[in-house]
Amino acid sequence: MADNAVTAAGYRRLLLALLLAPALLWLFGLIVLPHVDLAIISLRERVAPRQYVASLAQYRTFFSEPLYWHVFVRTALMSALATALTLLVAFPIAWTIAKLARGRTSALLFVVCLIPFWVSETVRTLGWMILLRESGVLPSVLVHLGLAAQPPELLYHDATILVGLVYTSLLFMVVPLVGSLESLDNSLIEAAYDLGGQGWSVLREIVIPHAAPGITAGCIVVFMLTLGNYLTPTLLGGKNSLWFTEQIYNQFITRFNWEQGAALGFLLLALSTVMVWLGLTVSGQRFSDVMRRT
Amino acid sequence: MTPRAPAVAGAPPDLDVQAVTKRFAAHTAVDAVSFSVARGSFFSILGPSGCGKTTLLRMIAGFIQPDGGDIVIGGRSMARVPPNRRPVNMVFQHLALFPMMSVAQNVAFGLARRGVARAERLRRAEAMLERVGLAGAGGKRTDELSGGQRQRVAIARSMVLEPTLLLLDEPLGALDLKLREHMKLELKQLQNSFGTTFVYITHDQSEALVLSDHVGVMNHGHFEQLGTPQELYYSPATAFVAGFVGANNRITGKAVALDGERVEIDSGGWRLQARRRGSIGAGAAVAAFLRPEAATLGRTPAELSAERRPHSGEVIALLFDGANSVVLLREAHSGLELRIALPQTGAFADLEAGARVCFDFDPERAICFAAGADG
Repeated sequence: MADNAVTAAGYRRLLLALLLAPALLWLFGLIVLPHVDLAIISLRERVAPRQYVASLAQYRTFFSEPLYWHVFVRTALMSALATALTLLVAFPIAWTIAKLARGRTSALLFVVCLIPFWVSETVRTLGWMILLRESGVLPSVLVHLGLAAQPPELLYHDATILVGLVYTSLLFMVVPLVGSLESLDNSLIEAAYDLGGQGWSVLREIVIPHAAPGITAGCIVVFMLTLGNYLTPTLLGGKNSLWFTEQIYNQFITRFNWEQGAALGFLLLALSTVMVWLGLTVSGQRFSDVMRRT
Repeated sequence: MTPRAPAVAGAPPDLDVQAVTKRFAAHTAVDAVSFSVARGSFFSILGPSGCGKTTLLRMIAGFIQPDGGDIVIGGRSMARVPPNRRPVNMVFQHLALFPMMSVAQNVAFGLARRGVARAERLRRAEAMLERVGLAGAGGKRTDELSGGQRQRVAIARSMVLEPTLLLLDEPLGALDLKLREHMKLELKQLQNSFGTTFVYITHDQSEALVLSDHVGVMNHGHFEQLGTPQELYYSPATAFVAGFVGANNRITGKAVALDGERVEIDSGGWRLQARRRGSIGAGAAVAAFLRPEAATLGRTPAELSAERRPHSGEVIALLFDGANSVVLLREAHSGLELRIALPQTGAFADLEAGARVCFDFDPERAICFAAGADG
């Protein structure tokens, strides 16, 4: 009897282990191991061909080289700005889907948000380039309407990068927002109006506090995606993009300086961790609450 | 109970609803409803779900615009006045307390919207909480309160704004029976002590009867009858009101003879008399209503009053429910099932299924309507 119980428990544990195996393999094989390897690479210096010594030289380079610093801060600020803009654009969309549209319309609006993701990010971004480049659609239209004498170059500006980033991130903000707004009882909004609330005070006192976990979740996801985005800033911003992932790419692929690339990669990881922590602290949210909303 | 603030005679009504109509596509939810509510009184709108009472209440609150007619509150027309500018507050069906705020913040919310300074609004919120018996609960979260306490917060949150009119949308609906009975009493006491005009909607006729000074019985978008609870109970104006307010036996048949106010009815071979309400032609189909407590039970015809016509039936079951105990019996001629109240003496407690019993009733207390008028 006791033996049976032990065996049953053993089987259950084995089953659990088997079920978790793919997830654990993925976690260890594709996330933990490469990062351990990168950490080791980032903490060594090549002194001669095939000869390495442990050193903090790569990190020192980062702090002593103003370009790295500049790009690092710029990437963080641009990402934060892109996140804020995405929130501003996504909120009315999410409100429409969650509160105003009914049934089929609501589903249709969701699909409209999803459609851009049916094509690859590269094609999507190239689509922007077709629209915005000097000989592209939008400059021609501007000239045609008499708003510009010469077709203006709309690519390779910071604003262009932001437009591309917001466009790419929109869905990841809309989904958690819709989730948190749908769970807001309409009678709370009505009660707030009934007690004398105006549009803005109802938004500030009732809607935003209720949607806070969804807003934070969306912001974290969008910020991390934007910070780690390579394609959109590079294609839309060209040489001027100065995006930190581009620096990492350059170190690994162009300069073949894996040590420096690994160090920069770790700094980016630290940056996103700090920013997420800051965001949670400032908004007073708990990580576990927020993650349930994503 | 503290003595209630008397309805001020001659004062303009706090609420005057004038031929208000609301249509949703082809369906007329509220059909030219008119009524007025005197200052300081408790008015209920009673009706089954889908009768239009919620639509009517939401029009008074300002969440829905009427298609026709006008709503006058405290002497001012409310046409195109948004809900946040009306001297009206509402207690929602599920109370709609703000879960992101403390109890005191909930109560102070409306004051903050009016620009009352922080210290002053907290003081007034605390005073209001004390008035509803929740002194010191201001710092609690709303989910730490019991159902009854939550209801008091919802009322306090509205009353702190001193509205002309408090609207209540079936606030007792979500509570369990015992608490509902308790809150019914508490609501009545709160209304008494505030002296504010309450407009209450419910589908529960017992709530409406117990709480109200006046009740409007609503069906298919219009008022079937408007009167005091006693009027509704003892002299219903329509068959619908007779069937909806209080327990009633519905007896359908044909009017075989008319004698002034008295109608002789044939219901599947059973001949009975009832009081006429509205016009009834000889030979017309009718529906009569007899309240369980209006009939007297006896084991033999000799036990009954000599002046009344005796009827008889066979006991189907005894339904014991304390003071509301009834005997379910099958009338001898028509086979109709009737409920007749058991006397409180316990005299018929030993009745068994299959036993034959007699009963009679005062024809004045059985009311007869032309059939087909009860929707």
